[in-house]
Amino acid sequence: MTGGTGMMDRLRHNPAALGIGLLLIGAALIAGAEAWLTPFERTVIGFAGINIILAVSLSFSNGLTGLFSLGHPAFMMLGGYTAAILTFPAMRKSTMLPGLPEFIATSELSLLPATLAGGVVAAVAALIAGFPVLRLRGHYLAVATLGLIVIVQVLINNMDSITRGAIGLAGLPRLSNLWWIYGWVAVTLFVTWQLKHASLGRALMSIRENELASASIGVRRARLKLFAFVLGAFFAGVAGALWAHLVTNLTPNSFGIVTAFMIVVMVVLGGSGSLIGAALAAIALSVISEAARPIERAIDAYGLVQIVTATLLIAVLLFRPQGLFGSGEPVTRRMTTPGKPPSKTSHEHRGGFPNETS
Amino acid sequence: MPDALLKVESINVWRGASQVLNDVSLSVGQGEIVALLGGNGAGKTSTLSTISGLLRPKSGSITFAGESGPVSLTSLRPENIVKLGIAHCPEGRQVFGGLSVMENLRMGAYLRHDDQIGADVEHYFELFPILRERADLKAGQLSGGEQMMLALTRALMSRPRLLMLDEPSLGLAPQVIDQIFDRIEEIRAQGTTVFLVEQNAAMALEVADRAYVIENGKITISGNASELAEDPSVREAYLGIETTQATGAEIPPMETSS
Amino acid sequence: MSAYVLQQLINGLVLGSMYALVAVGFSMIYSIVRLINFAHGDVAMIGAFSTFLVFAAAGLPLWVIVPATLAVGAAVAAIIEFLVFRPQRQAPQVNGFITSLGVSILIQNVGILLLSAQPRSVRLPGLLRTNHDFFGARVTTLDILIVAATLISLLVLTLFVKRTRLGIAMRATSENVSAAQLMGIPVNRVITAAFAVGGALAGLAGLMWGGRYGQIDPLMGFVPGLKAFVAAVIGGVGSLAGAALGGYLLGMAEIMIVGMLPSEYGSYRDAFVFGLLILVLLVMPNGLLGKPAEERA
Repeated sequence: MTGGTGMMDRLRHNPAALGIGLLLIGAALIAGAEAWLTPFERTVIGFAGINIILAVSLSFSNGLTGLFSLGHPAFMMLGGYTAAILTFPAMRKSTMLPGLPEFIATSELSLLPATLAGGVVAAVAALIAGFPVLRLRGHYLAVATLGLIVIVQVLINNMDSITRGAIGLAGLPRLSNLWWIYGWVAVTLFVTWQLKHASLGRALMSIRENELASASIGVRRARLKLFAFVLGAFFAGVAGALWAHLVTNLTPNSFGIVTAFMIVVMVVLGGSGSLIGAALAAIALSVISEAARPIERAIDAYGLVQIVTATLLIAVLLFRPQGLFGSGEPVTRRMTTPGKPPSKTSHEHRGGFPNETS
Repeated sequence: MPDALLKVESINVWRGASQVLNDVSLSVGQGEIVALLGGNGAGKTSTLSTISGLLRPKSGSITFAGESGPVSLTSLRPENIVKLGIAHCPEGRQVFGGLSVMENLRMGAYLRHDDQIGADVEHYFELFPILRERADLKAGQLSGGEQMMLALTRALMSRPRLLMLDEPSLGLAPQVIDQIFDRIEEIRAQGTTVFLVEQNAAMALEVADRAYVIENGKITISGNASELAEDPSVREAYLGIETTQATGAEIPPMETSS
Repeated sequence: MSAYVLQQLINGLVLGSMYALVAVGFSMIYSIVRLINFAHGDVAMIGAFSTFLVFAAAGLPLWVIVPATLAVGAAVAAIIEFLVFRPQRQAPQVNGFITSLGVSILIQNVGILLLSAQPRSVRLPGLLRTNHDFFGARVTTLDILIVAATLISLLVLTLFVKRTRLGIAMRATSENVSAAQLMGIPVNRVITAAFAVGGALAGLAGLMWGGRYGQIDPLMGFVPGLKAFVAAVIGGVGSLAGAALGGYLLGMAEIMIVGMLPSEYGSYRDAFVFGLLILVLLVMPNGLLGKPAEERA
């Protein structure tokens, strides 16, 4: 442990080297995976990467600001559909999606611009929705953002001429591969990590600690909340785009309340506010659910994954409410007190018992 | 000192990460009025909350002389402590603002199943005629003084043997305070022991037999009320600035309901 | 008034009754523990399944089925409270909320596992599907019973909360937990009772839902549960009268959207409901009859 700590210390003082080192290791792993793993295994790893993007970006906005948004699937859907429409073969667009404007109908983009466009559309939607929705307090916000999922689903269902409605888009080009997915994972981690540890991150943290106090210190909390929400939505849109081009089909029901739930579980298991924790939880849950899928099919026990996940979530909330990693980052936490659990953060926002006098 | 009705021995109490009571010991004798004096955040409310079971001590003991022998309170739930005969009239009155005056009194008698509840209500309506007039109003519509009378009566509805009052003078006009303290003396005269927590030391020492001073979670001074009233450090810290306190910054605006 | 409009009004009244029952229980639980209970709609689902798969299948008469379903709903809600919410009473509000989402997903998927996700056709015993002509509109016996039973339930609930010792204690607890404790009110039992009452009403709503729409499935509770939340918000969370009013308004509005607007807008029904929620929260965050919220978390 001492040797590891020493190396961590040295690397911490040279983040650029650490970053480049991690990128190289990651690249080597992806090259290995692309060369030797089966398509199924690569798909599982791809899902894990998409889930990392989702969990980390949600952890960024939910965890750091304490704003409980469940709207990620709505933004995934927007990003996924936007990108899918852009990469869809132009020949088929004219017959299958007659409602598209001319310039989209005739063009056929590659994955990167399509993904970016998906992220931007999701971010713009978040900007528009965010103005009213973010004025709501905690639990109202959660339900309103669930409502956002329903609204987006209904809209996509009804805009047949550009989305094919309930039938969905099938036969999308399989453009996502581990390079693209993990490239985006790296971008997501880099951006959120930088923001979390820059002064903006601290301002966001102070929103979570005490809304009123930080307002009086002068933090422009409305803008910060909106920014965190929009950035989260951008990455959700990207994740939706990558997902669509990995699975190669997309329907209005591809992402829903269960998706929101799974992402929330990742964030909670990871410890709210902990980006690395969220990423690790995302990997663990993706592997568990993909591994369980054949079992579900074999014993005809559909819903098993959700049952296991929900039980795990409830158990963690009951017995380890600070998450598996707490709100610190496991990497940066001092290693001198390994046995000591992270301190509870539950003294703020106690609900239900407002009048315990002091 | 008469036989102890309540005995608190060396309790240590924490709220989250901070220790609010540090080795606090005190006792309240049968039939006494005992005052606990101290400033904001000294640990007065925490002491009462620990006795009534809202807070749990990390160590120490609290013993109450129950009808059938001494009982340890530290592991009892609040409702069982009320059942033993301890009533706690909380800081800031905390009447149920959305409930009528009558309903508040019914809640005070929640654990009673005897047929004397109506008679008791009648009795207190004689003492506080204003409450009879307001019986069907929501408690939140009462003035601060009326709420205090209601809170006091509500606490008495459980027919306690020990009545604990947390800052009954807080935010009230001087003549209302006088009226409340007159009642407190009457209550004791009828056999109920009173444990009184106050910032208003002058008022409290006037009615109390004995008193304790608490600072930063520790009992610093204790003795007979008359002695404490003469004690130079008490005079300086609690009585010297008492006049500015009673009308000054620590008192919220008059008659605002909480 | 044309028979068509009257028919829509009746349909709205019936749907609104079911929303009102769920919303009232939801609001009751919220006001006492400040918990948004996502699993509340799933209690209605369990009520529906026990009605049709157990009690009706056993050939019991309706006057036994209804109280039995009420009991099931009450028991399920109280057990959930005891097992997962009570241990978290001191935790941040958001934990309870996530937990309830977890409980909801758990119940739904256990339901799928044990009973399959396929909707199954069900019917209540007796002559409940008899049609009556009401100024040209079609009304079934069941419709009349749903509206009547809802109104009776709401009346009984009002009396309970206003007049009984336990009901007053619930109001006292929802206002100030620690003061209630100081009165000797056993708040844990009072909270369990609130869950039980809410659960009983949800169970009844599940029975009505299954009987009215003729099919049940393990996911049937979630969306109506969310809509009941919307109804409770419209009425003002924490106000029982508001929740009932919100339920009826939402039921009416939904039916009007489907029935009165050109048919291509009908499928926007759910989007409309949640759009309405966001609008209400922004324009009058305390709802129609709610009190201003005192706490900010």
